[in-house]
Amino acid sequence: MWRDWIPFWRPGLSPQSGDVDLLFAGLLIASALVLGLLFFLLILFCVRYRAGNEIDRGHRTSKSWHWEVSWTAASFVCFLGLFVWGASVYFEMYKTPTDELVVFVVAKQWMWKTQHAGGQSEIDALHLPVKRPVRLVMASQDVIHSFFIPALRLKHDVVPGRYQDIEIEIDRPGHYHLFCAEYCGTEHSGMIGEIVAMDPADYSHWLTQQAPASPLADEGGALFRQLGCSGCHGNGSQVRAPPLEGLYGKPVPLSDGSTVIADDKYIRDSILLPRSQIVASYQPLMPSFEGKVTEDQLLRLVVYIKSLAGRPS
Amino acid sequence: MSEKNYLTTDYTLRSWLLTTDHKRIAILYFASLIFFFFIGGAAATAIRIELATPQADLVSSDIYNRLFTMHGIIMVWFFLIPSIPNTLGNFMVPLMIGARDLAFPRLNLMSWYIFMLGGCTALFAILAGGIDTGWTFYTPFSSLYSNSYVIVAAAGVFIAGFSSILTGLNFIVTIHRLRAPGLTWYRLPLFLWSLYATSVILVLATPVLAITLLLMATERFFGVGIFDPRIGGDPLLFQHLFWFYSHPAVYIMILPGMGVINELISCFSRKPVFGYKFVAWASLAIAGVGFLVWGHHMFVSGQSLIASLVFSFTSFIVAVPSAIKVFNWTATLHKGSLRFDAPMLYALAFIGLFTIGGLTGLFLACLAFDVHATDTYFVVAHFHYIMVGGMVTAYFGGLHYWWPKITGRLYSEYWARTAAILIFFGFNLTFFPQFILGAEGMPRRYHVYPPEFQVWNVLSSGGAVILAVAYLMPLVYLGYSAFFGARAPANPWNAPGLEWQTSSPPPEENFATQPVVTREPYQYNEAFEAEPQNA
Repeated sequence: MWRDWIPFWRPGLSPQSGDVDLLFAGLLIASALVLGLLFFLLILFCVRYRAGNEIDRGHRTSKSWHWEVSWTAASFVCFLGLFVWGASVYFEMYKTPTDELVVFVVAKQWMWKTQHAGGQSEIDALHLPVKRPVRLVMASQDVIHSFFIPALRLKHDVVPGRYQDIEIEIDRPGHYHLFCAEYCGTEHSGMIGEIVAMDPADYSHWLTQQAPASPLADEGGALFRQLGCSGCHGNGSQVRAPPLEGLYGKPVPLSDGSTVIADDKYIRDSILLPRSQIVASYQPLMPSFEGKVTEDQLLRLVVYIKSLAGRPS
Repeated sequence: MSEKNYLTTDYTLRSWLLTTDHKRIAILYFASLIFFFFIGGAAATAIRIELATPQADLVSSDIYNRLFTMHGIIMVWFFLIPSIPNTLGNFMVPLMIGARDLAFPRLNLMSWYIFMLGGCTALFAILAGGIDTGWTFYTPFSSLYSNSYVIVAAAGVFIAGFSSILTGLNFIVTIHRLRAPGLTWYRLPLFLWSLYATSVILVLATPVLAITLLLMATERFFGVGIFDPRIGGDPLLFQHLFWFYSHPAVYIMILPGMGVINELISCFSRKPVFGYKFVAWASLAIAGVGFLVWGHHMFVSGQSLIASLVFSFTSFIVAVPSAIKVFNWTATLHKGSLRFDAPMLYALAFIGLFTIGGLTGLFLACLAFDVHATDTYFVVAHFHYIMVGGMVTAYFGGLHYWWPKITGRLYSEYWARTAAILIFFGFNLTFFPQFILGAEGMPRRYHVYPPEFQVWNVLSSGGAVILAVAYLMPLVYLGYSAFFGARAPANPWNAPGLEWQTSSPPPEENFATQPVVTREPYQYNEAFEAEPQNA
């Protein structure tokens, strides 16, 4: 296998990481050629044209446009090729994730908190089934962190104030490093965890073994009532608020005439900054929950509202 | 030495602190920069010693974070950015264009005082307890969460920025207005072309840094929501503003180094620089395109994929002029008559190390690989190959080349070559293993790390010790030379540049009579070599 030939390099463990490894090999070969040629010429010239050496120094190559244009064009064409190659793999890595299996990741100084849809939660660890695309929805409670799994050649910053989602897929069972790659304060280097990739059967077994608090959607529902959301958005409310049943994934017409799709980011924004996107024909009555809910609570609310998608309003 | 030179006109402290002579101001800068270089270097050495083992044994995490932040801030703003422009540039620009001084001598002195005020402010922040944000000051960590002297350190950088702007302005006006009769743009030494390009970036980019730091301070002081999302700000806005300055700043740091290399390569090959016009315009192309690549620091930050695509493309484009320079330098050696004095050893080391740094820069410009390598030791190795392997090597090369002119003394060639070779090996041993560490996935700014990374860290730390010793060597033999070295002739290298046509060290007014330029630069031809030098 060619990937084993790169010195000090363990092959990546996902479909995309194979492409990254190939790209890395290509970059290494291109650099080796350029460096080899350059060092060959430098050494050759240094030996041949050293001051004491009697050698023909006549007929110097004149400064002509030909040389300049040739090496400029050659560099440009090589660079263009590498650019296209790198970009195509990048778009594949960061493609819009499928929504089959979702895991929530909350980053805070200095830990990774992961939440499975069934309510199982982990600290600095993430158990996943192999050979199955998993969508990670990530949020930060405080500063910028970065979710980095070297074995998958995959990294994404977790910036506070927004959701980031990426898709990951692991080919082989095993234990892999999870690092925080963006400097986040005192214990930055302690913000490391473990990715545990398991066979699907083992994963199902592991899920049932964990004592789930309760499914995230149920917890979100409880929060929904506790925070008073149901007072306006619930059935039979006196206040006229947009109904949330059947909302998720549907287009929402806004008062400024535009339309947005009600996805995780939209719901999150509507809770934190309700006045930024007013649903058409509704009054801007809702108070902001900025600073009143944690990222953990937010993602439960989002999961709850998402779970209402199937219900008729 | 019967005639007075700029060093012997007056010996009082007052004559130094109130001087408007560009040569004396260059010496003031030089002394200040040595000081900052060794502070930053001491921090680096402490970092490398700590990283020799995976556990925390020398310092706590808090101290470690303060060490690498101090290393970054001191080295970037108080050494690399002013290094060549404010010392060699300050000294050589008027001499190389045949002028008596820079266009604004008093402004020049003021910029040194502003620099020192900024430097002392930053030092105060370090002595008071340090700062732990990293040199990049990323928000919202710096604006709300960090428990350290962020504002004081940022103020130091903010103040020093004005010194940069004034120096850039001074160079631009000087190069436009004060060239000797006959010294057309295409007769300028390439060192001046690159300093000109550098000055353009200094003047245009530095204000953006000042604005960015002010906004950060405003958020930290008054709680105005600019960068922290909890109060309505956007953390990525900071990164856009910061890198809009800090990526061009990378070119502020490397362009003067490239300029020095032109002088060295042509002098020690006894040949004009190959492709003069291409090299000259490549400097300006780098300065221009360098303003359009900042987003390549943000490929994994969640900026739009299309933005990443554009920034990746422009990053590849900005590498083209650098490649042009490397090819032209190599072609300059062809059929030259090469002498391997210490400055030439540094120049050759520069070409090799800069090319490695440049090629690994392409790895990082390549979107998919950057996702893996960004924020790992791969990036640390890459920019140290450019900044230390490139810029510091060029600085040492230029310093040795112009040392006889600046001090009027010769240094020990044996020790100079030994130090150059030792620096080269120490440097590679320190930083090459970091490429492997980064490719294996070790994140940067890690105080403790998983044990499998130890082998490469030990090699790197061993190299750092060699490098630290090698960097101390010039302090000794150049220090000795400054006071006890043999007297230098006016033109020890038989070079045709204007700076060699006055005595060493130059008199206060630089030239006894106004020089007139009648030929292209770098005329190392048979006619020139036959002329009697040092007559």
